[in-house]
Amino acid sequence: MRKYELIFIVRPDVPEEELVKLITQMEGVVTGHGGKIEKVERMGKRRLAYRVERQREGFYVLFVIEGGGDTVKEFERRLKVNDAVIKYLSVRVDEELKRAEKAKAWRAEQASRKPRPRPAGGETQQAEASS
Amino acid sequence: MATPTSSGGSGSGSGSGGSGGGPGRSSDRPARRGPGGPGGGGRKQYFRRRKVCKFCEEKIDVVDYKDVRLVSQFVSDRGKILPRRLTGTCSPHQRLLTVAIKRARNLAFIPFASGR
Repeated sequence: MRKYELIFIVRPDVPEEELVKLITQMEGVVTGHGGKIEKVERMGKRRLAYRVERQREGFYVLFVIEGGGDTVKEFERRLKVNDAVIKYLSVRVDEELKRAEKAKAWRAEQASRKPRPRPAGGETQQAEASS
Repeated sequence: MATPTSSGGSGSGSGSGGSGGGPGRSSDRPARRGPGGPGGGGRKQYFRRRKVCKFCEEKIDVVDYKDVRLVSQFVSDRGKILPRRLTGTCSPHQRLLTVAIKRARNLAFIPFASGR
């Protein structure tokens, strides 16, 4: 199972109930393909940095799901078909998270090795010595 | 605060480090870090740039493209990605950052190009 962040932007003029309908529909797409929904977040209406399909604002919706590639494929197909969606992006995040976990573990180890590492103090000392 | 106002300061070389002296530098460090943190404007001055990468310092392991406030600090006012030599970001984090910036651009969080 892979973890994905799926984010899409809906036109700002779409009525509230239609947005809710779209979100529940997309939830159904994920669960229908054997995916697991971790989080659905409505990031709200925000200004776009540039115009997309003549819109200056957009309603951002974030899905964090666990599932396979075909889940994402179907998700994207649905978004492409829907006229209310003006932009979307899917990002696979599990490997990034794994790497982050590793970095955190490494840092914890470093901290435990030296009782008081104080990175800022140690580095300035070194820099002054070398310059 | 004996800051060299000459254009040579942009080099941030070791030469200015030697002449700076220990006590003077340690006293102006907190003042420099103050404006450098939130605004991110401090790096344009002729101060010596911060040595430590922001992401290492704040222990950010995943550079989140959705964090507009964070990502936009590393973009010039024309929308370009700022080089490491200006921001002081370490190379592993710069690599993550470039990807995050590009994702943020695609989602219209930050512009591809701005200005005239």
